[in-house]
Amino acid sequence: MREGMFRNPSGCAISGIISKSGKRFSGERIIKSIAVMHERSNGLGGGFTAYGIYPEYKDFYAFHIFYDDNMAKKECETFLEKHFDIINLSRIPTRKIPEITDEPLIWRYFVSPLPTKLAASQLDEREYVVRCVFRINTAIKGAYVFSSGKNMGVFKAVGFPEDVGRFYKLEEYEGYCFTAHGRYPTNTPGWWGGAHPFALLDYSVVHNGEISSYDANRRAIEMYGYKCTLLTDTEVIAYMIDYLHRRIGLNFDEICHVFAAPFWSTIEGKPKQEREELKFLRNVFASQLITGPFSIIVGFEGGMMALNDRLKLRSMVVGEKDDMVYVASEEAAIRVIQSDLDKVWSPMGGEGVIINVEEGKY
Amino acid sequence: MGVQYIYPEYEIVRNQERCIVCRVCERQCANEAHEYLKDSNKMVSDDAKCVNCHRCVALCPTRALKIVKSPHTFKENSNWSGKAINEIYKQAESGGVLLSSMGNPENYPVYFDKILLNASQVTNPSIDPLREPMETRVFLGAKPEKIERDEKGRLIRNLPPQIQLSMPIMFSAMSYGSISYNAHESLARAAAELGILYNTGEGGLHEDFYKYGKHTIVQVASGRFGVHKAYLNSGAAIEIKMGQGAKPGIGGHLPGEKIGRDISRTRMIPEGTDAISPAPHHDIYSIEDLRQLVYSLKEATNYEKPVIVKIAAVHNVAAIASGIARSGADMIAIDGFRGGTGAAPTRIRDHVGLPIELALASVDKRLRDEGIRNRVSIIVGGSIRSSADVVKAVALGADAVYIGTAALIALGCHLCRSCHTGKCNWGIATQREDLVKRLNPNIGYKRLVNLLTAWQHEIKEMMGGMGINSIEALKGNRLMLRGVGLNEKELEILGIKHAGE
Ligand code: SF4
Ligand code: SF4
Repeated sequence: MREGMFRNPSGCAISGIISKSGKRFSGERIIKSIAVMHERSNGLGGGFTAYGIYPEYKDFYAFHIFYDDNMAKKECETFLEKHFDIINLSRIPTRKIPEITDEPLIWRYFVSPLPTKLAASQLDEREYVVRCVFRINTAIKGAYVFSSGKNMGVFKAVGFPEDVGRFYKLEEYEGYCFTAHGRYPTNTPGWWGGAHPFALLDYSVVHNGEISSYDANRRAIEMYGYKCTLLTDTEVIAYMIDYLHRRIGLNFDEICHVFAAPFWSTIEGKPKQEREELKFLRNVFASQLITGPFSIIVGFEGGMMALNDRLKLRSMVVGEKDDMVYVASEEAAIRVIQSDLDKVWSPMGGEGVIINVEEGKY
Repeated sequence: MGVQYIYPEYEIVRNQERCIVCRVCERQCANEAHEYLKDSNKMVSDDAKCVNCHRCVALCPTRALKIVKSPHTFKENSNWSGKAINEIYKQAESGGVLLSSMGNPENYPVYFDKILLNASQVTNPSIDPLREPMETRVFLGAKPEKIERDEKGRLIRNLPPQIQLSMPIMFSAMSYGSISYNAHESLARAAAELGILYNTGEGGLHEDFYKYGKHTIVQVASGRFGVHKAYLNSGAAIEIKMGQGAKPGIGGHLPGEKIGRDISRTRMIPEGTDAISPAPHHDIYSIEDLRQLVYSLKEATNYEKPVIVKIAAVHNVAAIASGIARSGADMIAIDGFRGGTGAAPTRIRDHVGLPIELALASVDKRLRDEGIRNRVSIIVGGSIRSSADVVKAVALGADAVYIGTAALIALGCHLCRSCHTGKCNWGIATQREDLVKRLNPNIGYKRLVNLLTAWQHEIKEMMGGMGINSIEALKGNRLMLRGVGLNEKELEILGIKHAGE
């Protein structure tokens, strides 16, 4: 059994750090932060997303791919060559440590869609990339693209998150935003692809909780061509973000109002313009409402969004110091890397926290 | 032959020791089953006239009456049931089609009863509806596929017309004519108080009820009775009735004796004439004709009213629904084969159509597969018997349900299935003034409000148990359902797993 063949409820720890001025810093800090919440993971999955780490390749899509074997690699590379210009490819550097075992082949490709193929597809570039990623993940056995955005990357594995960070030498990367996830699945995922974050293009999601709306959300999003193969909450939330942000054109503020819509009683009390807008969003995107406990940190190009479920059934704390913003399941995970905070608070249920890096600084 | 005697199915048992000969039963029975014998100062009854509606039982002041199933039997035969034999006797005598009313009572599987709901434990907390908000409000109508913004970047609310309901339940179509004025008034007032909608059925709208317009669905059926511009504009939505679950493929017939002055005015037909709804709409022989009717109704109402197309659940219901979704309709109402009726040929009622659970599951899936599920809302009926059925229907994919029979039971109906005789002792399926006045709308509407308020509480409890605090998150959430005792094919069609999986 591996992830995707069954629903695997998980408890979790999440953490995120972002510099509003786009200052790049080492991955060391996020490892330290997530390590504090060791008790919230059980060694069955951990991972990170890092933004701004590939400035020299920032115009190319960075694909991180797991391969079960060389056969899968060969088949996948043939596919990539047919659809993309491959600018650079390499193994993702790792360090051997006893805590992390059974690693698959882990490769990185910087690619750009073949102009002729892209034109022939009549798709916009990002949609083209998404479709290629889905093709690989569903059609090529033993190959799995787990990161596909520009100037960002996901690093994940089966293990405790701090070990996963050391395994990937995350301290050697510098970025303006990092998110992290430690997982406490009730069943063994048995597969690295099942670890989190989950990402599509530059959208990444780390999530703590178990959403009760899962199948309503899944069946709704699959209508738009997404295929939920992992059966995890994180996967369906990532697709909903891609759909609402990239395809529909909602902003992150509006997405918060869709995912964790205010109660009708709250909406009724708002001034007219706002009330009508909230009502519209809640009605039109009813199938994207998420219920049940969750806290999520969403990374995207140039920013980060943190959101709790409507009842705040999962803990989440935000801290600020100068241009840095920290979000974590527990305050301790922030204090360990920045004890002197200008501001610390717990956002209310359904209150989105959206941090944008200054324009032009990322 | 000439000997035609069918022993009654039920016997009226009177406890003579308790009977005080008050003659209430005699006065209450429109079927004249009870009779007073002056000479002996005793009550007697004719079982053959009894329809088992319990009116006398409920009103007898000394509890002297009960109705029991007759032990009288034919020689045991697994193939030839007493019912089958008796029906042949009846038809051999009359040469006519057998008539029945209310929903299909035969022993087909009830899938709702083979589906179980989930609840949260440990990994996901349940939610207590008494402590936390629990929302059941739904909007029905087509949703836009794109958003638009004005020059300031604000969202333009480009919504087609919608209906808002406080809970995903509406009263289904029951015409004034098939049911009484007082029954209609009860439904209309209850809908208004509950924040839901009732449905006029095909008989037009009595002028007294225009004031409940915001809570009314006006129906347009093949007979087009009572349809005019003010009628169309008086409601919150318009329903085109293509079919009915109790009698797919055939029309309707309200006998002339039920067409009194009021009904004749409302239906716009002469007093005393039979009101016949043809089987098809004679301007709809194909899907493109339906599209034209949908748009003529929208045109007549300035595109301000959503249009519902109601069909009976039949074998290729998914393909039909997909056609309707592309016809400009805003909602599809699907009526299952257990749906009620004021009168239907028995063979049609009992042998045509599909269980609503299967029809709903396959329509919802088909519309999703085709990417058009958001273009229409799905309403299902026939038969929803409890709040648990509502929750299961929503989890299978329905936006809302219609209840008919359940509402009538709340008004006092005892499911005697003799509506077609026009002598409903409970004042519901009748136009006889003395009977109609037995249903007090002040009490009737309150009972409907009570029923749905109770159901709403129960829905909230079940949702809370699943950790869901808003009904949107339940819609189509089939992971919350498990089948018991269903085979692979049934599970596949329902799109659910078996219990234990
Ligand atoms: S209503 Fe009851 S008490 Fe009165 S006559 Fe009938 S059986 Fe007797
Ligand atoms: S409505 Fe009246 S006649 Fe019809 S089943 Fe109910 S009680 Fe009997």
